[in-house]
Amino acid sequence: MTDSSRSQILGNIRKSIENSHNFETDRLAVVDRRISARDPNTVPARSAGDAAARLALFVTESERVDATTHFTSSEELPGAVAAYLSGNALAPSIKAAPHALLKNVPWSKEPGLAVTFGPTDGGDEVGLSVAFAGIAETGTLALHSGPEGPTTLNFLPDYHLVVLPVSCLLGTYEEAWAALRATGNGAMPRTVNWVTGPSRTADIEQTLLMGAHGPRSLHILILDDKKAT
Amino acid sequence: MEVTTRTFVANAKKGINDTNLRRALSKLTRGFPLKRLAAMDRLPEFEALRDDAVAIKNHTLAHLDVYLERYEEKARESGAHVHWAADGAAARDIILKICRDAGARTVTKGKSMVAEEIGVNEHLEANGIEPIETDLGEYIIQLRKEAPSHIIAPAIHLSKEQVAETFVAEHTELAADRDLSEPHTLVKEARGVLRRKFLAADVGITGANMLIAETGTSVIVTNEGNGDLTQTLPKTHIVIASIEKVVPTLEDATTILRILARSATGQEMSVYTTFSTGPRRPDDLDGPENYHVVILDNGRSAMLGGEFNDMLRCIKCGACLNHCPVYKAIGGHAYGWCYSGPMGAVLVPGLLGLAEAHDLPQASTFCGRCEEVCPMRIPLPRMLRSWRVKAFEGGPMSIKSRTGLGIWAFFARRPALYHPVMGLAVGILGLMGRLGGKGRFSSLPLAGGWTASRDLPAPTGKTFTAQWKRGKR
Repeated sequence: MTDSSRSQILGNIRKSIENSHNFETDRLAVVDRRISARDPNTVPARSAGDAAARLALFVTESERVDATTHFTSSEELPGAVAAYLSGNALAPSIKAAPHALLKNVPWSKEPGLAVTFGPTDGGDEVGLSVAFAGIAETGTLALHSGPEGPTTLNFLPDYHLVVLPVSCLLGTYEEAWAALRATGNGAMPRTVNWVTGPSRTADIEQTLLMGAHGPRSLHILILDDKKAT
Repeated sequence: MEVTTRTFVANAKKGINDTNLRRALSKLTRGFPLKRLAAMDRLPEFEALRDDAVAIKNHTLAHLDVYLERYEEKARESGAHVHWAADGAAARDIILKICRDAGARTVTKGKSMVAEEIGVNEHLEANGIEPIETDLGEYIIQLRKEAPSHIIAPAIHLSKEQVAETFVAEHTELAADRDLSEPHTLVKEARGVLRRKFLAADVGITGANMLIAETGTSVIVTNEGNGDLTQTLPKTHIVIASIEKVVPTLEDATTILRILARSATGQEMSVYTTFSTGPRRPDDLDGPENYHVVILDNGRSAMLGGEFNDMLRCIKCGACLNHCPVYKAIGGHAYGWCYSGPMGAVLVPGLLGLAEAHDLPQASTFCGRCEEVCPMRIPLPRMLRSWRVKAFEGGPMSIKSRTGLGIWAFFARRPALYHPVMGLAVGILGLMGRLGGKGRFSSLPLAGGWTASRDLPAPTGKTFTAQWKRGKR
């Protein structure tokens, strides 16, 4: 049934294209060339500065979309997380991604902070993830699913804390794709999330309100270990 | 969903006379359009990105069969099940079968215009499966059993008081005297109610803003995060996407994403842009075990290559609705189906047939704002005119309109006759206006459509061409 639908649809498409002026004879080669070339289109110059300018742009743009940012290091991360929780009157408990970077953080420095690792079933108020890229262009975080990155942490908790190593701070989305293609076997993970600010809706009288279904707050912890030492 | 495109004129009258609707739509003038302008001002490359986006879509449409095959191949490699549906009925059956095989009782849904187009919800309900819309606007209109009135803001026609009434009537498990006077209390309540539904659903259905041939990926864009909860929590994720959604590469998808939100809401980027490829991997910690993609034609392959080909570039941003004086006067429901505004007036006759929707292309002032703001530079006025020509040439236009246009065309083709007749008509009307004393008419034979809601000024001099000839410029 589906097979005959498939040939019917593709046949109709081919017939329509053949009848138009758009028809090319070497179309298979044209398509394969285009897909393998992955040529970039126009890329905005906005993020084309040095590392310091890129960092400043990332902070400006992410705060423009109501995220908050904080500079810290691996050593100071437990303290920074604990301070954020108490500052927002939250219980000292987080669900963290089982990411090597987070596993190696000296959590014992904050004995009052309960850290568990894994995906969430909706019972956690605060989630902590690691972004594989920060995109300065629009203050966007890029995260992907995998054994070190449960997707549920990005959406179910009310507060989403994301660690961004400063070495992962990039200018454009294209650079983030290049970074992803360079990891693992180059295949796409099940899920890649671009996150630009906390959840919101304007569905009632076009009034912008935060925390529609996803996190009400997005807090970005920019990790710079060189600076700290 | 019930299609009422045939009663467009009556629907439009109802819309114009609805004070609630007028108040709701008046906010549209300052809302999205101003934010769009601000976003454009911040991005010097905006026009270049539009050009690139048009080129991407034109190229893809000219090779659509090949790109769909490449997409399918890559999607299957990553473990996706790809289904093909020639029409709505076929797509509904495929979706129902997947839901049944999953033993589904409840299904959560991200916002999908294609799902509205083919009536997924009604079909699931009729077969004992409960569909739950999770986009806040879609959820509200589902409770009210209404159709979306805007392709990106489906409940734009409602006031917060109307939403509060709906919640009190439907959320009967909550205290009846709770305070729902502010939008944030409404959002909080919906979040709580829907959170339980997200966690209990057996299947999640989303649309797709794009399919990517390079990687076999589907893309969704939301601000609420509802689409992500819909597609991450249940065991089965179904994507419904129409054939024209495919683009070649991640780079091409990126270019279109750069103009999509800016054109729609004036955001630089939507809050959540999600790229999904196959089901969860063996070592993934969450995500759906089954991932299905239903590719829908439903009339689009017939639009390809012809005079309505460019309509298939549409990325459903809603900019043409937000800037359309007709849409802002009558609202989305008047258009009688899920698509409205200029894009709806072009697309709906293409999908349903002109006989079903011939009044829609008539509802345009040809002011051209839609084409100006369209990120994909779709020549909407040109295509509206094409539909009008078809409606006149043996199409379903009414005898009265056809006769009127025929008489006018007879004179217009004979300037030697046209000018004296017009001169005479203008003279008589001018005299009548002066004798009437007001200089304007509050009713006039054959002009009831105009004078029913406003006066027609009486001519005060010669015709324009007569004045032009005499050198008055």
